[in-house]
Amino acid sequence: MAEEVKLFGKWVSPFCRRIEVALKLKGVEYEYIEEDMLNKSPALLNYNPVHEKIPVLVHNGKPIAESPVIMEYIDETWKHNPILPVDPFEKAMARFWAKFIDDKFWALWPGVKKAMKSGGEKEREEGIEEAQLHLNALETQLKEKKFFGGERLGFVEISASLLIWIVVSQEVMGVEILTRDKFPALHKLTQKFVDDDVFKQCVPPWEPLVAYFNAELGALAASKMKNWL
Amino acid sequence: MAEENKVKLHGMWASPYVKRVEIALKIKGIPYELVEEDLVNKSQLLLQYNPVHKKVPVLIHNGKSICESLVILEYIDETWKNGPPLLPQDPYKRAKVRFWTSFVEKELLENVLLVVRSEGEAQEKAIKVVFEKLNLLEEGLKDLFQGETHHIDGENMGILDIFLCSLFGAHKAQEEVLGVKFIDPEKFPLLSSWLTASTEVAVVKALQPSHEKLVMVYQFLRQKALQPSAAEVEVKEGVYVSSLSRSSAF
Repeated sequence: MAEEVKLFGKWVSPFCRRIEVALKLKGVEYEYIEEDMLNKSPALLNYNPVHEKIPVLVHNGKPIAESPVIMEYIDETWKHNPILPVDPFEKAMARFWAKFIDDKFWALWPGVKKAMKSGGEKEREEGIEEAQLHLNALETQLKEKKFFGGERLGFVEISASLLIWIVVSQEVMGVEILTRDKFPALHKLTQKFVDDDVFKQCVPPWEPLVAYFNAELGALAASKMKNWL
Repeated sequence: MAEENKVKLHGMWASPYVKRVEIALKIKGIPYELVEEDLVNKSQLLLQYNPVHKKVPVLIHNGKSICESLVILEYIDETWKNGPPLLPQDPYKRAKVRFWTSFVEKELLENVLLVVRSEGEAQEKAIKVVFEKLNLLEEGLKDLFQGETHHIDGENMGILDIFLCSLFGAHKAQEEVLGVKFIDPEKFPLLSSWLTASTEVAVVKALQPSHEKLVMVYQFLRQKALQPSAAEVEVKEGVYVSSLSRSSAF
């Protein structure tokens, strides 16, 4: 039977990007549908009535939502080139650390947004400090983990590509949040997503991404930021 | 049993997160040693086994530690394949179960805790949100079960069943302390019959703390949030609840 795979997403969303990377690693052909989150398509609302969010994967007409759920589904459906480790303990570790990274990202992102708003120097500094507090936790926990050597693009590494969104923010804002001297291990990893050919695919094309952030920064400054992340 | 194969669970009697793991272990028929933690004086072992979060539950198997209740449950299912499965075989059904389990955890549990920790208008608002989420779950169950009767017993209980009864198993205590009946059988017939079936399972029943103890837990959580300066509560039967005073959600 011919496979029909569709992905509803937003090109700037790291959570959608993850799914694309997973599908590409498995060599799965898919149709990508870009969603305007201010004007959601009836299809999206039909496929994800509970959260009305992206990403949503639709496989032979069956929808799956929530990026960790979709990742596991992809790994279990197309079993070659496994993204998660096969050993149950290693798999548990991968799930644990991927969740840790996601949780820390959501904890630090408000700090980044605060720094992005042009509310003044004090507010900017506060935002950076808040974000760095959580980056510290990530740096401490991750620097000793061997799987974080980033040798192979697996479940945890794909999840960690989220951190690039901090790198783009700071480039656009001209501030320093995730710096090499404060966060050597994290910095090394984020560089891989910029330099390494395989890891690069976890991030959207750099220039358009920077341009998008620049536009959003302007909108943020005018307090008109759309709920893009 | 060889030392390497031993299973230990670091837990605390009042924690619903620990309860999830205990139910799973018992359903699978896995013998384990329960290490009761005093969350004010956490053991060296706990801090060693869960340095990141310093929380319970922590499962120790083959000398290795696994943390986070959902991660533990999936690990249990993948490691002990002989007992009843905690997840369906089919990837799409697994995805649906995982989706709703995540929903119970993020959308329901968080909002129920909000109801516990608030009062007045804020609490009214939080209660409204819980009912909205329950509505979504009721609809979701219709899709999940697709008209078939979902049979629950000691041989047939999955992660979603476990998550649900770890949250609403204490519904009588919740009703007494909060004055609200979340799973109203008229509003949520599927959820209600599902909850009844889950809490009737022998293993679940045996693991459930007494009604009095659960009322105490909920009263304590509420008091801690609303009157943080209140003195620690010392309870009869020598139950050491003051450990709850310095723990943040176990």
